[in-house]
Amino acid sequence: MTEFLQQLVNGITWGSVYALIALGYTMVYGILRLINFAHGDIYMLGAFFAFYAARLTGAAVEPNPFKATGILLISMVGCGLVGFLIERFAYKPVRKSSRLAALITAIGVSLLLENGGQLIFGADPKFFPQIITATNIPLGMGVTISNQQIIILVVSLALMAGLRFVVLHTRAGKAMRAVSYSHTAAALMGISVDRIITFTFVLGSMLAAAAGVLVALQNPKIEPYMGIMPGLKAFVAAVLGGIGNIPGAVLGGLVMGVAEVMVVGYLSPTWRDAIAFVLLILILLVRPSGLLGQPPAEKV
Amino acid sequence: MRSRYGLRLALAGALLLALGMAGCGGATTEELVIGEYGSLTGNDATFGQSTKAGIEIALSELAAKKEGKIGGLRVRVVVEDDQGKAEEAATVVQKLINQDRVIAVLGEVASSRSLAGGPICQAAGVPMISPSSTNPEVTRKGDFIFRMCFLDDFQGWVMAKFAAENLKLKKVAVLKDVKNDYSVGLANYFADAFQNLGGSVNVVQSYSAGDADFRAALTTIKARNPQAIVVPGYYTEAGLIGRQARELGITVPLIGGDGWESEKLLEIGGEALNGCYYSNHWALDLPDPKLQDFLKAYRETFNGDPDAIAGLAYDAANVLFTSLEKLYEQDPAAFKGLSSAKAGTPERKAATRKLRDIIATTAGYPGVTGNITLDENRNATKPAVVLEIRGGKKVYNTTIHP
Repeated sequence: MTEFLQQLVNGITWGSVYALIALGYTMVYGILRLINFAHGDIYMLGAFFAFYAARLTGAAVEPNPFKATGILLISMVGCGLVGFLIERFAYKPVRKSSRLAALITAIGVSLLLENGGQLIFGADPKFFPQIITATNIPLGMGVTISNQQIIILVVSLALMAGLRFVVLHTRAGKAMRAVSYSHTAAALMGISVDRIITFTFVLGSMLAAAAGVLVALQNPKIEPYMGIMPGLKAFVAAVLGGIGNIPGAVLGGLVMGVAEVMVVGYLSPTWRDAIAFVLLILILLVRPSGLLGQPPAEKV
Repeated sequence: MRSRYGLRLALAGALLLALGMAGCGGATTEELVIGEYGSLTGNDATFGQSTKAGIEIALSELAAKKEGKIGGLRVRVVVEDDQGKAEEAATVVQKLINQDRVIAVLGEVASSRSLAGGPICQAAGVPMISPSSTNPEVTRKGDFIFRMCFLDDFQGWVMAKFAAENLKLKKVAVLKDVKNDYSVGLANYFADAFQNLGGSVNVVQSYSAGDADFRAALTTIKARNPQAIVVPGYYTEAGLIGRQARELGITVPLIGGDGWESEKLLEIGGEALNGCYYSNHWALDLPDPKLQDFLKAYRETFNGDPDAIAGLAYDAANVLFTSLEKLYEQDPAAFKGLSSAKAGTPERKAATRKLRDIIATTAGYPGVTGNITLDENRNATKPAVVLEIRGGKKVYNTTIHP
């Protein structure tokens, strides 16, 4: 039982990271019907920005919570900027072309970021400094949680709540929802569709950056290709929950994280990556619109 | 438009001319070209970098003593990066043999990559010396393949003996890397030897190279309460495993093999690795004068301490140089076949075969990683040392003889 609960704690922590990345996929998809394959690489950039920020601020030598928060913000702003640039220079020019053109552009951007990252950061892995000193907190029954895991959970939940607030209770969020229904109708209502799309990209990239920093905190090995697998899995998580659906992405991420950890713990670690895709196939067979997704309304 | 084409043509012509001249230039100077392949980048980049550094020290000593020449021919080493991937290792060894026309190959550290490069050297009849691949399969690929280090069956036994007799352990867990020939082999040899010594392995978990999260496997291990966790993998994962084990409240020692040997190990693992042990090829605090001379030279050149990988590469390069000199003394006519001017000729083929025969007779060579004598299977027989990590330092614990 202890073992099971401990695995559950590990799984939920991982799952909340997948959820953060999945949110970016799902928001962009909801608005543009584009799968932004470069999203996983933004997550990688988030970890690297934080790595260099930690060096500059000296947080690596004397950790304190204020510096850590500052690093998180620097990384989020940096990635928001990168997201803005990618949208402006890669996706906007092909927005009127076919969806296939946009998809291939996304794959191109992803390769550019991975290999550009290798060129700039170097191919050998870097080790993220302990910007918050790790301590263990016993939860009873032999289950422990580290303060870093708690930080991951709390920060993810806070960011998700923040996102929910933005989408449901602000003018920008209302505009986002309108654009996701119909670009034309939203434009007729006086919404600047371009600006909303840019806003969505920046928001999604910031969440991915936060996920990158949080993961690096717990698993300190960072390298330019670290975004590929989590990116793919978060994409599966988004599909699992119903792509385009924000609560669905969170649910999908958590299911994915727990499923993965349980498979490693009770079956075999070689199945770790396979489980994500087995889940994807199952969900596509049984419920193609995802756990919380609405089946597309038939237009008569 | 026309003029632009003209410019391009002129440029292309100039380029062709330059290439042609470079080609000629290479063929006219006679030299001894030696190939080296290793992971200069990638997940276990320090392996390749240390190997390169060790060979550089051997080369600079050769430059100081003999103007960098053996038998009147300048020695040049061509280094190729295999990015830590077995497929890439096969490609770069092909390149070394077919394009650079090397007379011998030094490398690799990782057994899976030596296993990829070895058969290519064997097929081409080019001797390959692996400084530090410990998987027994490596030298079984053919009679042109040698190694300068002990084997994993011995190393597995050393770790088992140390765990059973020095640490008095009865039940341990094993956490191995299933994507890695070295790790899987060492885990099996350890388990067999440990059971023969009266211990038991009560849980086996695995991971895949490149993983960053080991909590799930460690949680399963923790539930079985082993007295130690044997991690026969590479330093990156070993460091992360150490850290995550301590975070999950696992306090028992971790025991590793020579794959832990890297200056990065302690940078990654930090305090979490205190009280852990691993078997290795040498200990820097041993008073051997050869070792201390090498240490001094290394520190002057690279501003840091070498790891055993660098020491083994230094020995491998020196064994090769010594063999080349012997060949020159015994048979100067055959030695001429090794010159870069003779690439691709039957003389070259005969010369590399002779070089192989001479390397195979290496006996009692005084290396910095111990005396090197090659047995009939082209493996070095050497004792292993066990290091303890104490207060963030690697400290000599004991030597275990075969």
